[in-house]
Amino acid sequence: MTTKEFRLPDLGEGLTESELVAWHVAVGDLVSLNQTIAEVESAKAVVQLPSPFAGVVTRLVGEPGATMAVGTVIATFEVEEDAAPPAARNPVLVGYGAPVERTDRPQRRVRSSAGISPAEPVSPVEPVLSAEPVSSVERPRSTPPVRRLAHDLGVELDTLSGSGEDGVITREDVQAAASAVPLPQGGGETRIPISGVRKRTAEAMVSSAFTAPHVTEFLTIDVTPTTELVATLKADREFRDHRLTMLTVVAKAVCIAIARTPSLNSRWDEPNRQIVQFGHVNLGIAVATPRGLLVPNIPGAEALSLAELADAVTQLADTARAGTTTPAQLSGGTFTISNVGVFGVDAGTPIINPGEAAILATGAIRRMPWEYRGGIALREVMTLSLSFDHRLVDGEQGSRFLTDVGGILAEPGLVLAMV
Amino acid sequence: MLRATVVDHTLANHAAEDEPKGTGDELVQLLTPHGERVSNRLFDPWIADVSPEQLLGLYEDLVVVRRIDTEATALQRQGELGLWPPLLGQEAAQVGSARSLRSDDFVFSSYRENAVAYCRGVELVDLVRVWRGTASSGWNPYDVGMATPAVIIGAQTLHATGYAIGCAKDGVDSVAVAYFGDGATSQGDTNEAMVFAASFHAPVIFFCQNNQWAISEPVTLQSGLPLAARAPGFGIPSLRVDGNDVLAVMAAMRCALDRARTGGGPTFIEAVTYRMGPHTTSDDPSRYADPAEREKWAAKDPIARMEAYLEGLGLLTDEAKASVASTADDIARRFRAGCLSLQDPAPLTVFDNVYSTPHSGLERQKSQYAAYLAGFEGGA
Repeated sequence: MTTKEFRLPDLGEGLTESELVAWHVAVGDLVSLNQTIAEVESAKAVVQLPSPFAGVVTRLVGEPGATMAVGTVIATFEVEEDAAPPAARNPVLVGYGAPVERTDRPQRRVRSSAGISPAEPVSPVEPVLSAEPVSSVERPRSTPPVRRLAHDLGVELDTLSGSGEDGVITREDVQAAASAVPLPQGGGETRIPISGVRKRTAEAMVSSAFTAPHVTEFLTIDVTPTTELVATLKADREFRDHRLTMLTVVAKAVCIAIARTPSLNSRWDEPNRQIVQFGHVNLGIAVATPRGLLVPNIPGAEALSLAELADAVTQLADTARAGTTTPAQLSGGTFTISNVGVFGVDAGTPIINPGEAAILATGAIRRMPWEYRGGIALREVMTLSLSFDHRLVDGEQGSRFLTDVGGILAEPGLVLAMV
Repeated sequence: MLRATVVDHTLANHAAEDEPKGTGDELVQLLTPHGERVSNRLFDPWIADVSPEQLLGLYEDLVVVRRIDTEATALQRQGELGLWPPLLGQEAAQVGSARSLRSDDFVFSSYRENAVAYCRGVELVDLVRVWRGTASSGWNPYDVGMATPAVIIGAQTLHATGYAIGCAKDGVDSVAVAYFGDGATSQGDTNEAMVFAASFHAPVIFFCQNNQWAISEPVTLQSGLPLAARAPGFGIPSLRVDGNDVLAVMAAMRCALDRARTGGGPTFIEAVTYRMGPHTTSDDPSRYADPAEREKWAAKDPIARMEAYLEGLGLLTDEAKASVASTADDIARRFRAGCLSLQDPAPLTVFDNVYSTPHSGLERQKSQYAAYLAGFEGGA
C-alpha cells in the first residue's frame, strides 16, 4: 500500500482557487477510479471531482464552503502499489494545478551569471533604491511589457527585486519604484508618521481644496514707491523701535482694501446656509516654523496703526517660531497673507485657509526693467497672487480687491483717496 | 429533405432518380429515438450493405468514444489535462460520418472531433498530447488522413476546400471533409470556403454538427432557418440529418461522398444533435442551458437507440454488451496510462520542427536559450 495525494487542479484554465461545495465520500471509504469524491465551485463552473485513484480515502481536507487554493492537497488515499500511474510527474502544465506554495515543484535553481564560475554565489538584489548599485551582473527577470513600462518611467530594472512569482518583476514593482525615484539616491526612504502640524495642515488643505472652488488672480506691480516709503519711515523717529517691512505695508493695504470690498473678509457657513460677513479683520500671517506651517492671526488688524501692525506682525512671527503660539492665536482668522517671496519665488496659487474667503501671496521683490515715466528703468517689482473662494467672491470683487492692494503698493499716496 | 432546389446537380439524382424532392426542413432519420428502424426510400439504399457485424462495430465505436471522452474529462478534473472539449451526445454524428470515409479521404476538423480521430486510427495517446501541454501537435496527418484539429473556429473549412481542389486537380477521387459546429457557420472563413468550394466544384463535404450551442449562444440566435438552408445560397446542395442516428448520418455521408467522388462537387450536411456536456471543461452550461431541453435530448441518446435497435434485431446479447463495455474499459485504461506517461518535453525541443530546413536565426535563438538554461546551477 502506498499513500497518494490529490491536489486541487486548476479546473478552468488559469484559476487559482475553488470553493468546496460538498464531499461525496468519507474517510475510510473505498473508492474506485473516477468515482466522484467532491463537488467544487470555481469562478467558472460547479464541477464534480472524480477520484484519480482506486483505494481507501485516508484524509479529506477542508469543510464545505472552504476556499481552497489550486495545488493544495485536498485528499489522500491508500492505494495498491501497482495502481500507481506509470510515471510520476511534476505538475508544470498549464492547467495542471501548479501548487500555490510550490513546495513540491522542482525548486528553481539560482542562475549563475555569465563569466562567473557556477560556484560563486550571486549577491542577492537589495530592495528598492538600495544604498549602492547592486553588483549583480544579471538583472532580475521581467516580462517585455514590464520592461517597456520601466523604460517609459525611467526605472532601472537592475535596481529592483521582483515581488512576483519566482522573483519576476511586476508592474507594481516598477510603478512603486517610479513613484520613489525623486527621492535622493543613496538615502533610501524614510517613513514619517503623519501627525501634528503636518496632519492638520494636510486636513485643512484637503478640506479647503475640495470644498471651496478656488480662483487665483495675479497682479505684478512696481512697488518701488513702497520700498522708498518703508525706507523713509524707518528713518523716522516714530518708527525707530518698530520693525517696519514691506509685509507691514501689505497688511495695512489689505485692511484698507477689505474695507472697500468686504466680501473678501467673509465665511461660507454651509450648515446654516449662510454667508458670514465679518465686521473685523483677524489677519492671518503664514509663518514657516520648525514645527511646520502655522497661520496665527492678528485680531482686529483693521483698527491698528501702521506701527502697531508692525509690532503685531513681529510678535506674531517671533511667537510662532519660538513655538509658543497658543491655539487661540491660531483660530478665528478671517483673511490670510502668505509671504512666499521670502522663499525667493514670484507667485503661486495659494490654498485658502478653511473658514476664510481669500488668501494673498506676496512674491519676491525683484529689480527688473519696467516701464517708468515713459521709459524703461530698473524698478522694484513684485507679483501678488490672490486666491478666493468663488462661492463668496466673484471675479469683480476679487479683481477690485487685488488692484486696490496693488495700487496702494504701487502708489502709497492713493490711500488718501481710499480712507 | 433536399435543399438543392436551385442547382442542377441535386442530391435527389444521386439518392434515387425518380424520388420526389423533400420539402427541406425535415430530418433524415432511419432510427427513431426508441430504436425503431424507419424505412426511407431515398436513403435506405445507402446503408443496405451494412452487415450485422458492421452494425455491432458501429455500436462498439459509439460506446468506446463516449468512454474515451468521459475518461478525458475525468483526467482534466484530476489535473492531468489542461482542458478538454467533450463530445458527449455527438457520438453518432462523428462515428457515422467518419466510418463512411475511405482511408485516402482527408479530414479537417475542429477540436471536438475526437471520435472522428479515433475512427481514423489516431493513437489514443495522440488525442491528449496537446491538451496535456506536452506537444504542440498530436499526430502526423498523413498517417491517418486527418489534419490535427483547428482551434480557430471555421479555419479548417478553407483547408478542406483547398485540399479538395487539389484532389480534383490531381485527378483522384479522394474527398476532403470539413467538420465544424453551428457557430462556425457564422464565421467568414466558413462562408468563404463555401464560395470557393461551389465555384471550383470541389470534392469537399461540409459536415456541420449543429449541437445547438456556440459555447453559450443558442443556434437560434444565429439563424432563423435551419443551417442546412444556407448552403443552397452558395450553390451547394444540403442535407439535414438526425445527428443522433448513426445510420442516418452514415447514409447521408455516403451519399455526399459518392457525389463528390463522381464529380458532383460539394455537399453540406447538417447533423442535428445536442451538446450534452459543457463547451469545454472550463464551461458551466447550467448557467445558460435549459435542463428541460437537455432532458429532451437525453431521450434521443445515440447509443441508447442503437442499443435498442440491435437488441430488437437480436444482435446485441448481454454477453456482447458486456464484451463491448469491457473493451471500452480496457481502451480507457490504456488511454489513461498513455496520458499519464506523457512527460514534459526537453525545453530546447521547442525549436524543433519550426522550419523544415536549417534556419540561422532560429539556431541562434536556440543556442542562446541553451546558454540561458545552462546558466542555472546544476544545468537546466
